Amino acid sequence: MTSIGTGYDLQNSVFSPDGRNFQVEYAVKAVENGGTCVGIRCKDGVVLAVEKIVTSKLLKPGANKRIATVDRNVGVVSSGLVPDGRHFVSRARDEASSWRSTYKAPIPLAALAGRLGGYVQAYTLYSSVRPFGVTAIVGGWDSEAELGVDGQVGSGPSIGAGGKVSGTKAGGPGLYMIEPSGLYWGYYGAATGKGRQAAKAELEKLDLASGNLSLEAGVREAARIIYVAHEDSKDKDFELEMSWISSTEGPTKGRHQEVPKDILEEAEKAAKKAMEGDDEEETTAAEGETMEE
Amino acid sequence: MVMPTGTLSEDGIHIDMNHLKTGEVNLGTSIMAITFSQGVILGADSRTTTGAYIANRVTDKLTQVHDTIWCCRSGSAADTQAVADIVDYHLGMYGTANEEQPTTQTAAALFQELCYDNKDQLSAGMIIAGYDPRHGGSVYSIPLGGSLHKQSYAIGGSGSTYIYGYCDSYWKEGMSEAEGVDFVKGALREAIKWDGSSGGVIRLVVLTNEGAVRHLYLPDQGYKGPGTK
Repeated sequence: MTSIGTGYDLQNSVFSPDGRNFQVEYAVKAVENGGTCVGIRCKDGVVLAVEKIVTSKLLKPGANKRIATVDRNVGVVSSGLVPDGRHFVSRARDEASSWRSTYKAPIPLAALAGRLGGYVQAYTLYSSVRPFGVTAIVGGWDSEAELGVDGQVGSGPSIGAGGKVSGTKAGGPGLYMIEPSGLYWGYYGAATGKGRQAAKAELEKLDLASGNLSLEAGVREAARIIYVAHEDSKDKDFELEMSWISSTEGPTKGRHQEVPKDILEEAEKAAKKAMEGDDEEETTAAEGETMEE
Repeated sequence: MVMPTGTLSEDGIHIDMNHLKTGEVNLGTSIMAITFSQGVILGADSRTTTGAYIANRVTDKLTQVHDTIWCCRSGSAADTQAVADIVDYHLGMYGTANEEQPTTQTAAALFQELCYDNKDQLSAGMIIAGYDPRHGGSVYSIPLGGSLHKQSYAIGGSGSTYIYGYCDSYWKEGMSEAEGVDFVKGALREAIKWDGSSGGVIRLVVLTNEGAVRHLYLPDQGYKGPGTK
């Protein structure tokens, strides 16, 4: 960062001579210190998880939620400045509701990610604002079932819906990560925040691209990965928050919901056990791997 | 505030015989759309009137709003053209801005929003029909108040009142294309025969995964041809 102190980092939207935007890079720094967030796109759903560092013993456990529901089938979690994350979620809700009022249908995840990317990018352009201090992971499930237009009367023909090709695939899981620059990509597994490097390394081992990981296994992996990513800041207490969205046939019926307490606790127990296994027998990596799915 | 016109009868039915401005172009119409085994068929007569005068005897009331999403227009020609233009714009934007083409549902939702929000200003009865790979062929009806009805088939316009019985008797789910064309043509022939505000040629559009195909049937050929020629 040799060009720091040359004045090109004092205002938003200003390029340095070597083509960098320092305010955006500083926003990324804010994200890099945030609690680790993980998103996993499984074959039959999506899991979101966040490591919440407990900053005070006075905070009520389980009361301060960091994963938000945007539309009934979409969840958002973010690392970085928490209030910026809340504003981001608020915008996401506005976009989802605006789409619904225009098209009388839920917003496709790809369209939502696109709009949010555009919104975040606009905050890198003007001197009156600063970039978002968050990297957000947006997960959801576009319904594979046929939904009627909101408010429609009647259900149409009972048979022979004009030339419809049966067995065509529609809907499915979606996972996007949006960075302070406004950059966004779709992912099989996404990680951000302090422990992102360790988390990404673990995600890569899962071979998510083959589409074999089930949602239930994804929940256990997400919990374990948050525990792995927390290793470097072991001295700090943390709380694990997780949510999931399944297919319409799955446990959440296509909705974004908190992972039920019993499943969360079971996943946490397994995660802790996996960690202990790693501590005791650091050299036998093979055994640690038998815990994975 | 728009002054209400017409009379509210004892049974609560609002009748407004003068809902059009003097000289306004009206589509005293027979329109319909049906689903069949491979997609949808839209049909319409071609008469446009200003009062008793036939302003256009070869009108095209079947309007394209996207590749394989079309609508049948009835009511005020100006109103329905304006609404179809707005929907055409929105669907075009949807197709380019999102990496997927709009469905018939999307079009129906847009039409309904416009027709409902502006119900006091508009005189528009629309039938939306389209083919998309996800839902196949589908037909939606949006009558005067701006409600949205998904149907196997829909009929509309002043001429439709004469063919409820015909359609009810001859309708079958899952017809072949030839059967569908005969059904629509047969129904519209009756509507044209009995309704003074309907007439001229019969226009059809057949929408399948192959795209849109227009048909034309002329009264001087007994509505037998020239078909797709």
